[in-house]
Amino acid sequence: MLAQAPQWIASGLTLGAIYALIALGFVMIYAVTDVINLAQGEFVMLGALLAITFKRQGWPMLAAALAAVALTVAVGAAVQLLALRPARQASVLTLIIITIGVSIALRGAALLLWGTDPYPLAPFSVGAFDLGGAVVKRQSLWIAGTLIAAAVALWAFLNHTMLGKGLRACAINPLAARLMGVRPGRMATLSFALGAGLAAVAGVVIAPDTYATYDMGFGLGLKGFIAAIIGGLTNPAGAVAGGLLLGVLEAVGGGIKSAYKDAVAFVILLLVLLARRFGPFAAGGAGGGL
Amino acid sequence: MRRVDRLGLAALAVVVVVLGWTLGGSQLSLLNFVGLFAISAIGLSLLAGYAGQVSLGHAAFYGIGAYTSALLTTRLGLSPWLGLAAAIVASAAIAAAVGLPLLQLRGHYLSIGTLGFGVIVTVILNEWTGVTGGPSGFGGVPDFALGAYGFRNDRDYFFLIWAFLLAVIALALNLVNSRVGRILRALRGSEVAVATLGVPVWRYKLGVFVVSAAYAGLAGGLYAHYLRFVNPAAFTLRVSVELLTMAAVGGLASVWGALVGAAAVQLLISQIRDQLPRLQEGLHRLIPAIPERPGGEQELIAFGLLLMLIMIYLPGGIAGGVNTLLRRRAARPDPTIGAAGSAAASPE
Repeated sequence: MLAQAPQWIASGLTLGAIYALIALGFVMIYAVTDVINLAQGEFVMLGALLAITFKRQGWPMLAAALAAVALTVAVGAAVQLLALRPARQASVLTLIIITIGVSIALRGAALLLWGTDPYPLAPFSVGAFDLGGAVVKRQSLWIAGTLIAAAVALWAFLNHTMLGKGLRACAINPLAARLMGVRPGRMATLSFALGAGLAAVAGVVIAPDTYATYDMGFGLGLKGFIAAIIGGLTNPAGAVAGGLLLGVLEAVGGGIKSAYKDAVAFVILLLVLLARRFGPFAAGGAGGGL
Repeated sequence: MRRVDRLGLAALAVVVVVLGWTLGGSQLSLLNFVGLFAISAIGLSLLAGYAGQVSLGHAAFYGIGAYTSALLTTRLGLSPWLGLAAAIVASAAIAAAVGLPLLQLRGHYLSIGTLGFGVIVTVILNEWTGVTGGPSGFGGVPDFALGAYGFRNDRDYFFLIWAFLLAVIALALNLVNSRVGRILRALRGSEVAVATLGVPVWRYKLGVFVVSAAYAGLAGGLYAHYLRFVNPAAFTLRVSVELLTMAAVGGLASVWGALVGAAAVQLLISQIRDQLPRLQEGLHRLIPAIPERPGGEQELIAFGLLLMLIMIYLPGGIAGGVNTLLRRRAARPDPTIGAAGSAAASPE
């Protein structure tokens, strides 16, 4: 069983990188707007299916990917403007239920547009190589590279641009941010656009590994969310670490008994939730910035 | 119980008898599902609407009830009535065990925790094949019988299910109009404030969690014998969301609202299911790349939009909307105090 450990870690890190990208989106949205966006997985699905659709029109892969991400960013902003802004006075729970509605509606729309067929996408680079006893697909390198690039870009954006600093200011204290001339409403829309974009990127790079279907987002979204919770919900670095950790734990759990792979993530979720309530980090609570 | 509730129950009983004798099989079958979902949705409304603890895993208790009764009656040959009682007890007991740690979580963490619990139960139902029959479930669940009379068709089950529903409504109305009900409503307002008044908060939270799980267990037990078949697909997260939608559409903090919501959502879904293929054909003619028959559960889109619109524009649900309308009408004769009066009369 130990001989398989390198393989588990390699495939776990690949899947974990996807979770990390989705979790980063969760964190962006939650930190700025206090909304747990359960439609995050649907943005992953949109990214994947749109990229495949553009690719089928004969577009080059990069153009198809960029167009898919751009369109999903627009959908994310639209969701914030049309579904969440009108209810911004509502309770947190109402907002969660609204995002569930958004997720179901997006899934339904995808079903009407693409049907139930699974859509394949060719890997960006074909082939695999051996790394310390584990077979690593070249596509995995694309996934890892994408995560690194996205994380660095996000870090630079949040720390070195006026707009990014505005986002962080809203996450720390919306009222103070408003007094400094930052518009929290616009920042909320921006955070949804960013969150959707990160999810769409995850969708594009994972599509070659798993066929893309209208309902692929549901499971991925929840896993990304669990990763974000492990990382503390408002901490981008924590979200990345949480995603990678969850990916590896799932791969190990699935390797021991594949049937219970999905349960592993949710058992971890419950443990983390309860640890946050009772454990050493219990006092941490909400608040704090990106 | 208030006078108007007593009248409502009597009226509903009359309607049930009339409908039971006049409607045909397929309509009764639809109403049977309305009844089953209403029983669960009322439990959820007690938990989420009155006590403010939103569960996203309620279908798990529905499923636990169904599987408990189905297993005990098929494997051990127990009477379905005992199976039904066991279903209620099992759901309540598991809710008590799960609720002890889970209810320590607040707000959306509780919702996410219950969601996790629901997914774990679905995985267990799917994977513990030796006991649950795996993804395809198992059949041969026996029918209820009263003496020599066996419950066979949709009409028999309609009377059975709706009799239980009437009892559940009566119980729930009694609960919400009692001291306990007032404490639960206060809990939704502020747990800290309730605790400072010397109320053991967690005992009430656990209590209402167990009661709502017991309702779902009852519905599940009835479901298993009505369909004579159980499989995990009937108890997924999607069903949890549907239940929450029903409670929310009717008005989260309203027992009658949960019934109205269950009926509205069920009837709407079945209508959309009939109409959607036509819309899809139109879309296909407009853009040929869109598949003509996508298959799957196409009513999803309408369902999601409905949930979204209700929560944005009518967070009080149908019951809340009706109350607001009534209040506005009552306020109209005296415009001088109308605005102040209606503001004072709506503490929420």
